Amino acid sequence: MKSAVITFPGSNCDRDMDVALKKFGFKNKMVWHQDLELPKSDLVVLPGGFSYGDYLRCGSMASKSKIMQSVINFANSGGMVMGICNGFQILVETGLVPGVLLRNKYLEFICKNVFVKISNEDNAYFKNISNNVLELHIAHNEGNYFCTNDQLKEIEDNAQVAINYCDPEGKIEQQFNPNGSIKNIAGIFNKEKNVLGMMPHPERMIDPVLSGEDGSYFFKNLINNLK
Amino acid sequence: MKISLIITLKKDVLDPQGKVIHQALDGMGFNDVNEVRQGKYFEIDTKETDPKKAKDKVEEMCKKLLANLVIENFKIIDAQ
Repeated sequence: MKSAVITFPGSNCDRDMDVALKKFGFKNKMVWHQDLELPKSDLVVLPGGFSYGDYLRCGSMASKSKIMQSVINFANSGGMVMGICNGFQILVETGLVPGVLLRNKYLEFICKNVFVKISNEDNAYFKNISNNVLELHIAHNEGNYFCTNDQLKEIEDNAQVAINYCDPEGKIEQQFNPNGSIKNIAGIFNKEKNVLGMMPHPERMIDPVLSGEDGSYFFKNLINNLK
Repeated sequence: MKISLIITLKKDVLDPQGKVIHQALDGMGFNDVNEVRQGKYFEIDTKETDPKKAKDKVEEMCKKLLANLVIENFKIIDAQ
């Protein structure tokens, strides 16, 4: 399986993602934001970080960079595109997934482990995953998911919610919502479920010594689903 | 010509920064403030000399990049 990770000026999780993808069997290529064409890939990842210093709005400048037209075309033709953290912010700015990510409700940069419940397993990202509650890491200032009521209805009607913040047992309640996101939303799909944006970092949870292994379950399952 | 514009959060969108500024003002003794909403101000100096065309171009810039219309409104406040 082939993957590509896009590096924007200010990306800082691109190499972590490269390590994670390779660890679980992807042949990964790094792609510079000024390139025009994507290498042949089964999965394209927009990594976390602070692309363009978060100027204007997080992800807004990166969403207009040269490589993004190829990424948008790839997504629109059914290719799998995953945006993590700043990558999620870039995805919402391209319009590939609905909504926006606002400043965290309590104005804090949040850096901690959280639990997320997988709310839709009927897609190539989460199909067959053994645990439907994962402990993952978040590190963001703008992760407060927001959309209009009309958009929310459409998102729910199309089962586009991917993951929600929850407790270790998978209970989705306001008290487990770290940043004020509507309905505890931590990640969403496009309508077709080939594009996934999420705030948590699975690539930071692939080593039991350093962190945890719940990211490993995610990547192992993902590559199996793509085979 | 120079176009000035402001971008503000829509009415129903939470503005935590505005809230904190409000609290700070309150703490400083400005107790009669009902609400504070924070926005952005831009000055765009363009080669275009026709006001109508310049405004149209800036409006397009707002829609494509400067504002996110899911949460923000923009308003051109001056062109000279």
